[in-house]
Amino acid sequence: MSAEFLQFLFSGVTLGATYALVGLGFSIIYNASHVINFAQGEFVMMGGMGTVFFLGLGLPMPVAILAAIALTTLFGFGLERFAIAPARGASVVTLIIITIGASIVMRGLVQVVWGKEFHAIPSFSGDEPIMIGGATILPQSLWVLGVTVLLVLALRYFFEKTIMGKAIIATSLNRDAALLMGINVRLVLFISFGLSAALGAAAGILVAPITLTNFEAGIMLGLKGFCAAILGGLGNGMGAVAGGMIVGIAEAMGAGYWISEYKDAVAFILILLVLFFKPSGLFGKTGTERV
Amino acid sequence: MTSRQNGFKNTLCALGMVAGAFAVGTTQAEAADPIKIGTFLSVTGPASFLGDPELKTLELYIEQINEGGGVLGRQIELIQYDVGVDSKKAITAVKRLVSQDEVDVIVGGSTSGATMAVVPIVQKAKVPFISLAGAVAIVEPVKPWVFKTPHTDKMACGKIFEDLQARGLTTIAMISGTGGFGKSMNGQCTKLAPAYNINIAAAESYGPKDTDMTAQLTKIKGVDGVQAVVNAGFGQGPAIVTKNYRQLGMTMPLYQSHGVASRKFIELAGDAAEGVRLPAAALLVADMLEDSDPQKAVVQAYTKDYSEAYGGSVSTFGGHAYDGLQIAISAIARAGSTDKQAVRDEIEKTSGYVGTGGVVNMSATDHLGLDLSAFKMLEIKNGDWTIVK
Amino acid sequence: MNKLKSARTGGILVLMAIIAVLPLFLDNAFQFEIAILIFFNAIVCIGLNLLVGYGGQISLGHGAFVGLGAYGSAILTMQQEWDPLLSMVVAAAFTGGLCFIIARPILKLKGHYLAMATLGMGIIISIVINTEDQLTGGPDGMYVDGLSFMTDQIQWYWLIGGLLVFSVWASLNLIHSPIGRALRAVHGSEVAAEVVGVDTTQYKVLIFVVSGVFASVVGSLGVYYSNFVTPDIAGFFHSIELVVMVVFGGMASTFGAVIGAAILTILPQVLTFLHDFEHLVFGLILMLTMIFLPKGLVPTIADFFKKGDK
Repeated sequence: MSAEFLQFLFSGVTLGATYALVGLGFSIIYNASHVINFAQGEFVMMGGMGTVFFLGLGLPMPVAILAAIALTTLFGFGLERFAIAPARGASVVTLIIITIGASIVMRGLVQVVWGKEFHAIPSFSGDEPIMIGGATILPQSLWVLGVTVLLVLALRYFFEKTIMGKAIIATSLNRDAALLMGINVRLVLFISFGLSAALGAAAGILVAPITLTNFEAGIMLGLKGFCAAILGGLGNGMGAVAGGMIVGIAEAMGAGYWISEYKDAVAFILILLVLFFKPSGLFGKTGTERV
Repeated sequence: MTSRQNGFKNTLCALGMVAGAFAVGTTQAEAADPIKIGTFLSVTGPASFLGDPELKTLELYIEQINEGGGVLGRQIELIQYDVGVDSKKAITAVKRLVSQDEVDVIVGGSTSGATMAVVPIVQKAKVPFISLAGAVAIVEPVKPWVFKTPHTDKMACGKIFEDLQARGLTTIAMISGTGGFGKSMNGQCTKLAPAYNINIAAAESYGPKDTDMTAQLTKIKGVDGVQAVVNAGFGQGPAIVTKNYRQLGMTMPLYQSHGVASRKFIELAGDAAEGVRLPAAALLVADMLEDSDPQKAVVQAYTKDYSEAYGGSVSTFGGHAYDGLQIAISAIARAGSTDKQAVRDEIEKTSGYVGTGGVVNMSATDHLGLDLSAFKMLEIKNGDWTIVK
Repeated sequence: MNKLKSARTGGILVLMAIIAVLPLFLDNAFQFEIAILIFFNAIVCIGLNLLVGYGGQISLGHGAFVGLGAYGSAILTMQQEWDPLLSMVVAAAFTGGLCFIIARPILKLKGHYLAMATLGMGIIISIVINTEDQLTGGPDGMYVDGLSFMTDQIQWYWLIGGLLVFSVWASLNLIHSPIGRALRAVHGSEVAAEVVGVDTTQYKVLIFVVSGVFASVVGSLGVYYSNFVTPDIAGFFHSIELVVMVVFGGMASTFGAVIGAAILTILPQVLTFLHDFEHLVFGLILMLTMIFLPKGLVPTIADFFKKGDK
């Protein structure tokens, strides 16, 4: 393996892990509510910007991070309670536009309250690159990868072993049946939005030391996360993680070996190709339409 | 079916809304005959680095001037539109400034792209326009109604190449932003390189919103014989380039342009900024200037005003806006009216104006009026600017 | 049926009256500019509404078709020195052809997968425009000569206003033709429509091509009018803006598309006085409208009057 290839691979998996977390956020909300949340990228941005803000207040790093995640989670709850719940039964396009409206509001709010400038969060454990096989990787990239793995494992446990997790799965499979079984569907929805917001925030905080952050930082991340979720098959959590990794690595290789200007296009070209041949994503189930 | 029958009522509602909206639009333009200065800046988006301090500076000094009684006994009104980095929005904004707001002079345009897009409109409308953007194409060839205050990209290339020669370096790589300024500076450097016996061995570029440039830099790293890297661009991109550069363990000298001349750059790039060189105006090193330097008093005063009003540190971009505003105001004062032709003529006659960018001497053939002497080569050491002697 | 037809004609007459009278209330070039911009957006929205409102398909990449028309015209007139009108026709044919080719694989997708595919296609086209700066001028855009015989803004006002009336007329006629009925069947339930013998794919492809061509022509004319084009025209935000106009005004309502375009073109200009709060307020208005009027303005108002009539 050449050093160059390894370098692109390191870039790719770091990006990929971030996309995976954002994609997971899409999947969780989609599973519970069949809504595609176009404000997912704004949760990511809010995590990063929130941390910058709390650090600015003089809070120590771990506290600032938790505070930012808590704040973003509140926004997730709020989005469900005040925007999605009242619009129950609206068409897919209407719901998409509501979440787009929410994303504009969140960007607008952050811009007004915390400003428009770019900010950097200090890396968690320094900026001294680590040499591996002639290529370099930042300690922060290891943080991104490590925390992503932990979060994915924790989520698996949550969905497979806890009552709440199982209730979310049940609701996603059949909402009416879940309701009949005595599952509090409203609570399930509420929790899913909060959980997904927290995940997004975590992703935003992890990458902010590498990519910098400002109020518009979530737009592209949100779109790429959507790509990851669709590529893996909507609603398939592990699919979203795989999708994120594929998109991240393809993008880095595209930038390295093809034309760097087209790296953002790689994710979308990939998704179109996959959808043309497998209309429900790589790992998605083919749905049947009810007449 | 019935929804068709209501087409009439619906359209009536729409008419009401349209008329209502226009009414809101027109009532804004009434006031007691102030002098109107229009501006369109990149207050949001990837170039907010530029637009934000520019707007703050304009607001700060216009308030100051108004408190001091205004100009020609008239108050000054600032009319501003945020155009992000979209030239099309800049066009809409400038059309609005000249035809609806009927401004007397325009001081604005954070990016070269936005400035070049509106040049045909201000030329046609015959409104004096002082741009705050970098590209040399704005003033070369000279356009009667268009002026600018920042040093050009061509001058930045010249200054960097002089420094390379002094260090005995001849082979470089360029990495440039794809937006107006990066593209233009890349072109200027390429044109100028042979005159300084400099060979550009590799050229890469990145988009205005990119967050990872390791791929481009890895490619540059793989090119043999590169002795230095020049990054043409503004905004957060160069900060990421600088971080990635250190991450990849690249140790040859890295040059930035005056497009990043603010403390924000050092803050964003962190330790990676150590040793980076860039040409910039004296404003950044106000306290390090010789006492005999005519600019010292001006830049110290501006630094004091700006930091007192907004906290934080100054950038040269705010300085460009300061210069633009002062040049416009004194031209109006000398002209004794806001007659656009007279104001334009007076702007062109600006001479000996000591600003944050240098001493400005404009003429019919030079709508910038700055020379290389006003440009300092700076190096970042211990998180601060130092002057390279 | 006669009554229905006259109501349709009535709507068009009112629209014509508004366009005819409006210049009396516009007092400067900027206000004309906004009016013309509304006409342009309304025409694109009418086309998009056929696809989204009547065809029941989601498109989050329609800005790309406007962009193809705009850049097709820009490149052909400026770099190949073709006649502007010929360039416009060629660009529209190209866009229509592209729509025809991608329609089958794309429209096979459903719901969010379709949303993703159209969004991805739009973003790819916009990245190409941003990157191929030799042809397109890159992120800064390019200057384009106008139509030599259109010297005055007021001429543009009448031309595009006229085109808007024509588009409304054409759209209403299409909807009430047998094709339109088939389309509505597709929207209701595709499977059901197929069972009763409607060739849904063919109609969906047709409508995709028609809406693409509408967008392309507007893109071309828009460039000749403003003499400048930037990649944002093909970008994600423009695409979203267009869908929002259609849904805001009311899906499956031609006049809804026109009114949605009018309001959402004016709103950002009115909100500029809010400066930093502009986006926040815009987002709130959007959310509240969609939460409380999920069917959009015109159908909701229509329902209201319908109740009142009883």
